[in-house]
Amino acid sequence: MLELQDISFKVEDGSAEKEIIQDLSLHVDEGKFIVVTGPNGGGKSTLAKLIAGIEKPTNGRILFDGKDITDLSITDRAKAGISFAMQQPVKFKGIKVFDLLKLASGVKNLSINDACSYLSEVGLCARDYINREVNASLSGGELKRIEIATVLARGTRLSIFDEPEAGIDLWSFQNLIKVFEHMRDNIKGSIIIISHQERILNIADEIVVIANGQVSKQGKKEDILPEIIGTSSALGTCDMLQG
Amino acid sequence: MDEIQKRILLEVADLHEVPEGAYNIRANGASAGRNSTANIEITSKTDVSGIDIRIKPGTKHESVHIPVVLSESGLKEVVYNDFYIGDDCDVVIVAGCGIHNCGNQDSQHDGIHRFYVGKNSKVKYVEKHYGEGDGNGKRILNPGTEVYMEEDSFMEMEMVQIKGVDSTVRTSKAELKAGARLNVHERLMTHGEQYAESIYTVDLKGDGAATDIVSRAVARDKSYQKFDSRIIGDAVCSGHSECDAIIMDEARVLAVPQLDAANVDAALIHEAAIGKIAGDQLIKLMTLGLTEEEAEEQIINGFLK
Repeated sequence: MLELQDISFKVEDGSAEKEIIQDLSLHVDEGKFIVVTGPNGGGKSTLAKLIAGIEKPTNGRILFDGKDITDLSITDRAKAGISFAMQQPVKFKGIKVFDLLKLASGVKNLSINDACSYLSEVGLCARDYINREVNASLSGGELKRIEIATVLARGTRLSIFDEPEAGIDLWSFQNLIKVFEHMRDNIKGSIIIISHQERILNIADEIVVIANGQVSKQGKKEDILPEIIGTSSALGTCDMLQG
Repeated sequence: MDEIQKRILLEVADLHEVPEGAYNIRANGASAGRNSTANIEITSKTDVSGIDIRIKPGTKHESVHIPVVLSESGLKEVVYNDFYIGDDCDVVIVAGCGIHNCGNQDSQHDGIHRFYVGKNSKVKYVEKHYGEGDGNGKRILNPGTEVYMEEDSFMEMEMVQIKGVDSTVRTSKAELKAGARLNVHERLMTHGEQYAESIYTVDLKGDGAATDIVSRAVARDKSYQKFDSRIIGDAVCSGHSECDAIIMDEARVLAVPQLDAANVDAALIHEAAIGKIAGDQLIKLMTLGLTEEEAEEQIINGFLK
């Protein structure tokens, strides 16, 4: 359903050019749960942004359901069926959780009950949150789960999550794993998660390891996970505590 | 009242028909309707233009509407309205002024409101400003508000000006005795070449007095805004002011928050922030399928809610 063909992405770094992604090609099949991992600075988040349209590749093409979406805007890609959960959820003064879920679902008269069901799915007691503003009064873990709920509310064919574990405490992380396990069992379309976490890698169909802007390994979880376990690409839960 | 006046009335006071309870509707400088109730008496002033509103002590859950509508180009007026609110009241007061100016002459309404709030009374005051019409004449509103609060009284002021007023200088002053509390929530949006100034002076005179002044503003196009707040702490009191502005296009926003403490136990805080709409806010809403313009609208609407 998603195909990246020879993608490159360069940025200006002072006077020099830095290549974040180099001739990367990747194929994502329908109905797959894919976890992208790899060392920090390897280009994982950039890859997610390139798929969502937040960054545009310097070279290469991106195909979604056979259509070339390389030149489509963020909005058009979202409408085409791509959702993106940011690593750092955005805060909004005055916009309530319900407003955000309504915008995400695209249903103008979204019922409170339907909105609540998305929050329940991410483990939030819906009634306590539905009328809260998406602002700094919410904790990192709460914002993260609301961010994930917006992706669920969209229900698109492709969902991308950029490091869902980043910036949350261990307790929230344990709950988050359950959310993804649930998603894994009820998959519609495909899911790409950027993560170093062994427990998330464990529920993948496929693992893609990205290093130095290229795919260094790709394959079934059973084949890849044993190779990377214990490296920075597959951290245990305790490593979170150690930072 | 004609259709234009009725529509403006809806904008500034959410009124479809004459309101329940006490009211005084002023249209083009004349009274277009008045109603006093058993507890709320409205009378005309004899020396200057305006009305006195007297609310009996102990009046609860009643409201007063005093909207003003100007639809005649070139009309300029200064109106003095005084509110005498007895002790132990709980009332809602809705004011507001709408100008429809299709002509080439400036239309101006300067409403001076004075509130004397009795002990233990609770007042909610809502004031909306609105302007429309495609004439070259300017729509000008200069409201003056003075609030005198007795012990343990509470007042909540909601000041809204979202559209169409070319020039406004809002001057609000308040004096609070012991245990009194004043909360102000201002929402302002300017566009075109509009000019808006908000000046607040709140004097916390008695122990336990408190105030919270929050202004949310959006300045678009080439408009200019000035937010000037001064909280004076003369006693064991607490005061907080917050000016939060979104600046767009070629607008200019000046925030002048002042704190004046004259007592070691006066706890005064101010916050002021001016900035454009954050890029990641736009991106987030665009990933939900909104266009950049729709995203901008949602962010501003939420901010001014």
